[in-house]
Amino acid sequence: MKIPIKAKYTSMAITIGIFLALVVIGSFAYDNFFGAQNLVNLLIDNSFLIIVALGETLVIISGGIDLSVGSIIAFVSMLAAYLLTTMHCNPILVMVIAIAVGGVVGLLHGILITYFNVQPFIATLAGMFLTRGLSYVISTDTISISNPLFVAISEYRIPFVFDSFLSIGVIVTLCMLLVFIYIGHYTKFGRAIYAIGSNEQSATLMGLPVKRTKVLVYVLSGLTSSVGGLVFSFYMLSGYGSHATGLELDAIAGTVVGGTLMTGGVGFVVGTVFGVLIEGIIQTFINFQGDLNSWWTRIAIAVLLLIFIAVQRVLVARREQKKSVKRVETIEGTAGAD
Amino acid sequence: MKPVLKRGITSHQVFWPLVGLALLLLFNVIFTKDFFLLEIKDGHLYGSIIDILNRASILMLLTIGMTLVIASGGIDISVGSVMAISSATIAVLLSGKMIDVNQHFVPNVSLGSALLLTLGLALILGLWNGVLVSYFGLQAIVATLILLVAGRGIAQLITSGNVITVYHERFFYIGGGFLFGFPVSIFIVGAVFLLTLILIKRTPFGLFLETVGINRVAGRFSGVNVPLITLICYSISGLCAGMAGILMTSEVRSSDPNTMGNFIELDAILAFAIAGNSMAGGKFSLSASMVGALIIQTIRTTIYSRGVAPEIMLVVNAVIVIIICSLQSERVKSIIARYSWTQGTA
Repeated sequence: MKIPIKAKYTSMAITIGIFLALVVIGSFAYDNFFGAQNLVNLLIDNSFLIIVALGETLVIISGGIDLSVGSIIAFVSMLAAYLLTTMHCNPILVMVIAIAVGGVVGLLHGILITYFNVQPFIATLAGMFLTRGLSYVISTDTISISNPLFVAISEYRIPFVFDSFLSIGVIVTLCMLLVFIYIGHYTKFGRAIYAIGSNEQSATLMGLPVKRTKVLVYVLSGLTSSVGGLVFSFYMLSGYGSHATGLELDAIAGTVVGGTLMTGGVGFVVGTVFGVLIEGIIQTFINFQGDLNSWWTRIAIAVLLLIFIAVQRVLVARREQKKSVKRVETIEGTAGAD
Repeated sequence: MKPVLKRGITSHQVFWPLVGLALLLLFNVIFTKDFFLLEIKDGHLYGSIIDILNRASILMLLTIGMTLVIASGGIDISVGSVMAISSATIAVLLSGKMIDVNQHFVPNVSLGSALLLTLGLALILGLWNGVLVSYFGLQAIVATLILLVAGRGIAQLITSGNVITVYHERFFYIGGGFLFGFPVSIFIVGAVFLLTLILIKRTPFGLFLETVGINRVAGRFSGVNVPLITLICYSISGLCAGMAGILMTSEVRSSDPNTMGNFIELDAILAFAIAGNSMAGGKFSLSASMVGALIIQTIRTTIYSRGVAPEIMLVVNAVIVIIICSLQSERVKSIIARYSWTQGTA
């Protein structure tokens, strides 16, 4: 039983190692790269992506996928902007509504997937179309947010070490991370997610509440998407239907780079954070380099994905080999004892 | 006698998608003026039906490839990116841009070799996906995710991030020309469809494909070359995406690596799924998939011709996916079956 756990940690350790290596390389290659604010900016610029990727990680660990996260961000930003700017609603009420919207969409996914046996890919694809479409129905233009509370949250800076500062988004991200570490590793619900991802049939036979857990995982992912959407609204101070297009891919890529297996059952939310940060640091590299074009970001992330997946393959293959060797040994051992 | 007969017709997989398409067309007959009107202008046929067929051609090409890939138990989410790459390639090969940059070394290649080179590249991209899935044992969605992420970057690299306009008159014939009064694109899709149909119905490939999709371990034990079959599926999908890219470039007469084929992989998967095919692989119907692609295009044309804002298209898409997928689920099926059974006995 010890070997698979080790293999799981190896994957995450490699991710963190690569992140640190990239920081070191960046510090030597570019002036002003290694600074507290620069590293904190990584968190600030990617806060909503990290939040979304946390929910995505649990979904992928449970053996599913959620394609709707980017669209929910767009919808939440659009809805918040519409309610604040056009309808002049109470900002607190807007936040509550915005977060609830994600939960409702997630619940819809969960019900379609568990009770109507729709493939997660298709069900969340429908959710993606629905939320992106609804945000265009609200308006096809950009709506800016000028609500005093939203602007205040957006501009609030929390002093941090070495003269750097954090944004509210980063605080939300860190709180969400703690919540997800707790959910993933210290609750029955979290253990059920891993069990379902490893083998749904076994989980059912063990008497775990498979259906309820699966619905909840998608609700949770919807909620993180809407929280991500709110943080995104603070970050952009505008609502637009084409916001965060293709963000689901970044979230999935970050999750995979963070060591989560797409087959389910294996992964860590902490790994995902570093996976997303690696994506962010590649972007920073390209900004610092200056003469590289933006498309190199995508190619670099794809190459990194390939490397990670290859490493995971090797780890899984070696694990399976060890398992089979061990089994042969035990069989021989028992035969000898007889 | 009667229930058996009824089951006989409805059990054909292509039946329900056809009913769906018929309902959509019926809606159009009633609510859209002159929907079925066919006109002949300059010896070419014009009309909404021809328009739907013509516009659906790109999606149908992608759906052919997607059908084979999903039937083999995989998925190919990189087709949009492959489209963008092949579109960028053919645009660069046919445009005079290369000559300006590099006057002596890169001549403007001929149309034939440009087509061959582009299709060759698309085939290589398909092979790349196939090798990752079948020989390295990667999960299909992860393996094709790599090309999906990289593809648009590669396409931008090819065109240096610019939108490239093509000025090659003969090339426009592919996407905008007419043959025997019909758009050329219909013949291209028809030919690819027939060839694929022959491949799966008249050769052992179809049987092998279903075996691989239903149970690849059992397939391997019964002597099917599972990796090769999988590889062929992804290669065909790559080729189809390449053709779709060429067709689209010819139609719009330019190549925009940022938007070309964006999210079209989702439409192709949708066309496959609403045709009642199983996303888990195995049994499939290529004809039903084609009807699925036509349904999507008909919905789109209907919405545009009804004067509904195009933004609602996505919402309508979502509602249709939800309805069709829930109709396919066992839970709803059993409710319907129970209902019709009580009706029958009463």
